[in-house]
Amino acid sequence: MHIIVPLRQVPDLVEDLEIDASGKDLDREWLKYKMNEFDDHALEEALLLKEEVGGAVTAVALDGGEVDKLLFTAAAKGADRLVKVRGDFPTPLNSHAMARALAGAIQGLDYDLILTGVQAVDELDGQVGVLLAHYLGIPHVSVVTDVQVHDGKAVVHKEYAGGVMGEFDVILPAVLGIQAARQTPRYAPVSRVRMAMRKSTIEEVSAEASAEGAPDIRKLFKPEKGAGAQMLEGSPEAVAEKIIHILKEKGIVQ
Amino acid sequence: MPVDPKQIRAKDKVVVDGIELTSDWNRMFDQRPVFDYDVEVLEKIAGIPGAESMAWCYQCAQCVPVCPVNEVGDYGPRKIYRRLQLGIDLIPDEELWKCTTCMHCLRVCPKDVNMIDIMPAVREEAVMEGHVPPELQEVFENTFEYGNPLGESPRKRADWAKDAGVPVPLMKEKKKADILWFVECYPSYHPRGKETSVALAKVLHALGVDFGILGVEEKCSCDSQRLAGERGLFEEFAEENIKTFSKYQFNTILVTDPHALNAFKKEYPKLGGRYHVVHYTTFLAPLIDRLEYRNTLNYRVTFHDPCYLGRHHGEYDAPRRILNRLPGVELVEMWRCRQNSFCCGGGGGGMWLDGFMADHVRERLSENRVREAVETGAQVLAVCCPYEISRFEDAVKSTGNEGKLMVKDIIELVVEAMGA
Amino acid sequence: MSDVLVFAEHLQGNLTDSTFELLGKGRELAQTTGGHLIAALLGKGVEPLTEQMGVAHKVVMVEHQQLAAFNPEAYAIALKAVVQSLNPSIILIPYTSMGMDLASALSADLGIPLAAYVSEVKIEDGTLMTVSQMYGGKVNVESEFSGNPKIVSVLAGAFPAEAGKVEGTPVIETMEAPNALANLRVTFKQWIEPEGGDVDITQQDVLVSIGRGIQSQENIPMVEELARKLGGALSASRPIIDNKWLPKSRQVGKSGLKVKPRLYLALGISGAPEHIEGMKDAELIIAVNSDPNAPIFEYAHYGVVGDLFDLLPILKEKLGG
Repeated sequence: MHIIVPLRQVPDLVEDLEIDASGKDLDREWLKYKMNEFDDHALEEALLLKEEVGGAVTAVALDGGEVDKLLFTAAAKGADRLVKVRGDFPTPLNSHAMARALAGAIQGLDYDLILTGVQAVDELDGQVGVLLAHYLGIPHVSVVTDVQVHDGKAVVHKEYAGGVMGEFDVILPAVLGIQAARQTPRYAPVSRVRMAMRKSTIEEVSAEASAEGAPDIRKLFKPEKGAGAQMLEGSPEAVAEKIIHILKEKGIVQ
Repeated sequence: MPVDPKQIRAKDKVVVDGIELTSDWNRMFDQRPVFDYDVEVLEKIAGIPGAESMAWCYQCAQCVPVCPVNEVGDYGPRKIYRRLQLGIDLIPDEELWKCTTCMHCLRVCPKDVNMIDIMPAVREEAVMEGHVPPELQEVFENTFEYGNPLGESPRKRADWAKDAGVPVPLMKEKKKADILWFVECYPSYHPRGKETSVALAKVLHALGVDFGILGVEEKCSCDSQRLAGERGLFEEFAEENIKTFSKYQFNTILVTDPHALNAFKKEYPKLGGRYHVVHYTTFLAPLIDRLEYRNTLNYRVTFHDPCYLGRHHGEYDAPRRILNRLPGVELVEMWRCRQNSFCCGGGGGGMWLDGFMADHVRERLSENRVREAVETGAQVLAVCCPYEISRFEDAVKSTGNEGKLMVKDIIELVVEAMGA
Repeated sequence: MSDVLVFAEHLQGNLTDSTFELLGKGRELAQTTGGHLIAALLGKGVEPLTEQMGVAHKVVMVEHQQLAAFNPEAYAIALKAVVQSLNPSIILIPYTSMGMDLASALSADLGIPLAAYVSEVKIEDGTLMTVSQMYGGKVNVESEFSGNPKIVSVLAGAFPAEAGKVEGTPVIETMEAPNALANLRVTFKQWIEPEGGDVDITQQDVLVSIGRGIQSQENIPMVEELARKLGGALSASRPIIDNKWLPKSRQVGKSGLKVKPRLYLALGISGAPEHIEGMKDAELIIAVNSDPNAPIFEYAHYGVVGDLFDLLPILKEKLGG
């Protein structure tokens, strides 16, 4: 069972996002990147599947940012093979371009299953996982919360609003967009990450990618701050007092 | 209480060296009960490099009454030993995470069973095997990602300095200074910590000290993360900090945080980083009369010795010297002070395990300590470790002592007396 | 060429709110383009649903056994056939679990552009303009499209559903099911209902809702106590559910539940669009977050910037026994 997990770096929302001079992109000079949190779930699910049915997990990531740290962290968690995709990619890299680049790289690898995070905070033009499936010509299911694999197929649960789920059989190979792994993604002890940095190798493959398929960005702008909220200020004591007052006024507490 | 004869493991008759022994005392020649235990687990734990002294315990139990966690729960090194003897593995055991590495047990231990080495060594194994309390895991992840356990933006590390009202020069610009001030995470990001940083900046400025900070180049010293089992994280940032230090010329590293003091004094040398390091109270004590005081404080003050300044590094006098020189301060001691001081609960990772600990203790260590401080009749609980200010302030609220006791860093009292 | 096509989403026999939201918006857009509003209704035995789609000019219906329940592959094949036959100008698809499988698939398959996370759609001087809520709602992106068709994947709750709720049966056109449906790699097996027995958060007057800011599972009992004192229940945003700290039945937002309590107290929830869509209709929203830039403050009636662990104990105390 060969499982591929594409890992993406997305802007870290802990930092204040600034818009660049062109007004059409984030100011990337100071941007901090981190792994798309859903990809972490995809990796966890892949590692759990490997533990269950054997096989290997390959982490694939596009070059740029802190890609090496990202891949070594995946190795520290248990990924067997690390692949970095290089190429002359458009900036900002949209979902279509990312999916094309990943498809180009993955085509040359052995795989039965591809697990991606169901979505990411920067996917203006759709989900990388679904696009990737189409570029590879294989089926996909998004919003997956449970995967079991046997006899060349995956049995998956896809989740809908309200928590109702559909169960599907999917003939492999396929792409699954993981909403949540069965367990909280495991911790990668830093000494393992450091060991991976010394001992693991990152293979490099190149790929091409066009950005076609996205709308033209006119501008980025920040939503108006606190347009609706009346801010309650003061010491926690004073704020609590105000909240209670509001709740009393609305008849929610006596 | 009379001994039940059935409890005595005596044999009717024993032959030793051809001599026949009868009577109850022949049990001495039988195997002693200690050998009835399967020592596999004990040997496994004591076999972990750093945890060897675990096996030296002879269960005298002197550690138990001095263990702060035992004061609010049921703990102590001797109890850990006993569990190991009974075959309970410490690695997946919740007992592993209760120790705050306050070092009080080591002070009284006749056998040098050293929890300060045992805890990080065994916890490191636990972390490797995935047995990390989730709240601690998040702190590790934050630290690795952002260079601070609070998960705050690394870019904002020196933002507090904007409000200092005095210049806080960056080493990046100065390149050379007498004093490199290592501010650390809580004094850089925590609201109360930032206030103490501003206060220290004012005092350094008033004394005309030639100092600089690292700003965004500074990374967590990670000493508490190391004691909580993340040695790799510690090494990662130690290497980075050592590299940063090597870019600049300075004579002394000044620390606000006794945990950073511990890292730089005891751990960095092992990685090749050797520095002259002082805690700010040690630095300030001989200079305290050079400051001008406009205000008389009129406080009765009691002082909490931080574990990592007192027991770990033997500095008990400097904080007291400063407090005694401040106009209007009457220093009163709690009964647990100096070598016998209590622990705030923040050390050794305890800072990030409050939720976990809530299930294991009757009250927080900080709450126990605040009650003691209140008993002295002090209006101010003076501290000089950045973990303590928030822990004790929370405890003042949760014990219903708001309005009775204020928690202030010593440096805040200095600035208050200066009227700066 | 100037028609607006809406994917009519239905789940277990009912049209979803998103469908009405898109139909309402679609009608408005069709008026501007001078085209028709067409609903694509895929399924099996779904004709009765057309009675609720009076706002559409036409419903194009594809019926097939493989379309009886949603199936990502089957639905993408059928929707593609509808699009190819109608060649609409604008395709509206909800950004929901189903829509996520369809919009990107259609975009890749037909090579047509797509904007997701959309909260606003307008036609300005003949050009379609969309606003997408990106980066967890922290930055909006305004985009425009050239050429036809284009796909707009709209956040649930972005538009009022009322405008789309018009009774009356539009013209129904049945399209033959594509042959490709006979040969699928994805097969629907069964529905799995969420585990019952837990609190129904949609029925609560008061919800105290927690997000990432709660930091650890150990802090949950403290909030639960507050919820109890307010006579309500605990709900949560997605990360809390994904971490298995609370059961799925407590999730508010996309892939969770839509709630309309009298009080929604959001603690440590930043307010990603996926969460907002589930709670923005609450009567009173009070949000506590340490980040003054958190998008939740845009939707809350009252906001508090600060440490929720400072506030909680005091609030609890003041509420008394």
